[in-house]
Amino acid sequence: MVGIIGYGVYIPRYRIKTEEIARVWGEPGEKLAKGLGVFEKSVPGPDEDVATISVEAARNAVKYARIDPKDIGAIYVGSESHPYAVKPTGTIVAEAIECTSEMTCADFEFACKAGTAAIQTCMGLVSSDMIKIGLAIGSDTAQGRPGDALEYSAAAGGVAILVGKGKPVATIETTVSFTTDTPDFWRREGEDFPSHGARFTGEPAYFRHVGAAANLLFRKTGTTVDDWDYFVFHMPNGKFPLAMGRQLKVPNEKLEDSLVVRQIGNTYSGSAMMGLARILDIAEPGSKIFMVSYGSGAGSDAFAITVEDEITKHRGEVPTVDDYIARKTYVEYATYAKYRRKIKALG
Amino acid sequence: MAEKGVAGVWRKIRAIYNIQGNQCKTCGNYYFPPRLVCPTCRRKGQLEIHKFKGLGKIYSFAIVRQAPDHFKRQMPYVIAQVELDEGPRLTAQIVNVDVDKVEIGMRVRACFRKISEQGHEGIIVYGYKFEPTMEVTGHD
Ligand SMILES: [Zn+2]
Repeated sequence: MVGIIGYGVYIPRYRIKTEEIARVWGEPGEKLAKGLGVFEKSVPGPDEDVATISVEAARNAVKYARIDPKDIGAIYVGSESHPYAVKPTGTIVAEAIECTSEMTCADFEFACKAGTAAIQTCMGLVSSDMIKIGLAIGSDTAQGRPGDALEYSAAAGGVAILVGKGKPVATIETTVSFTTDTPDFWRREGEDFPSHGARFTGEPAYFRHVGAAANLLFRKTGTTVDDWDYFVFHMPNGKFPLAMGRQLKVPNEKLEDSLVVRQIGNTYSGSAMMGLARILDIAEPGSKIFMVSYGSGAGSDAFAITVEDEITKHRGEVPTVDDYIARKTYVEYATYAKYRRKIKALG
Repeated sequence: MAEKGVAGVWRKIRAIYNIQGNQCKTCGNYYFPPRLVCPTCRRKGQLEIHKFKGLGKIYSFAIVRQAPDHFKRQMPYVIAQVELDEGPRLTAQIVNVDVDKVEIGMRVRACFRKISEQGHEGIIVYGYKFEPTMEVTGHD
């Protein structure tokens, strides 16, 4: 059966505290951090972008899976911050992990769920035996307009997932999606920062789509909340996934282990996948994981995943999500603005 | 707009993405950047492609506090001579480190970073830099 044969993550070293951003804009930092459920977020270094983050995550995934990268038949990189407008990030990843040229590759874009769309595509190609192994990446260096609410959560990080048959560390039992035309968040060509529909991003967008995809998955698998050990929902902040959990009657303890957003912010295309990686780092074999991503625009992909015994043979091969979360250096707003090119005069 | 220098970057991608050099099968020496002939064995040399593990230690270093415009965002930064475990030394930037914490003998590993951008419209050059190894399993 098709499954995850390896995965790897990467989170940049720099962090900025919610309180530090709030200080600059004259907002109540502590209250804001608690309300958002985001206490600090990751910041990429000045020489990091979606290509470098994807490569680091992909190298970890290959090492974890102990595969020959020449067996990878497809690479799809999902992001809303690809370094080039035209020139696929995946080609850079393929060369940097030494894939063969005899493979297919494309970049995906669907706000925060481009990475899970890449997983679904790889699942299709692997189950139909068109390829042996597919590499799906969700990676972003998200930017919020200075002073905008999004600036408190827009973060950087990436997750690479190798999809294959053979001996998966976690089986993907099934996947379903829910998609509509909902303009809750967008960025027009040539614009530096995204725009959003403010309050419109909640009920008709995030909650409707994540909720609908979750209910589709419950129905398709004939299960209820009690049949699952872990839940992972897309994390635009620390508040939404918890509220989603309450709506679906998921106990907090089944959700909390995935809430990496509190320490690193919303890694966009890497967000739900980072939560999944955190669970895969710690879950016992046999655990059942229920994951739902969300991408503005809008859509959700839901996955039913079972952790296999094989996973115990691969742990320790590469740094964990917690290892990367623990490696951090705080920067103040001025350094953050310099690194993130918010200072335009510097070119 | 047509750009100059793209072919030169493209030819070096293999070497600079993965620290690919060569080893002489006659004398066993490793070389980076890759050579066309073994400087020790000359015509008797047999060079083969070798991918370095990317692990090594800082042999010497300098802290850069005056830099060209396009490196201004990174100042101050560290340029070091890294001695790879296989022997060769190469010059590289050290990242993910506080400049006052760098020391000779520090254990480092290769990472993948943006090296330069040829302006706003040009290509982005990627390649190796080095970072201190984390004290966790799987980072060396
Ligand atoms: Zn020789």
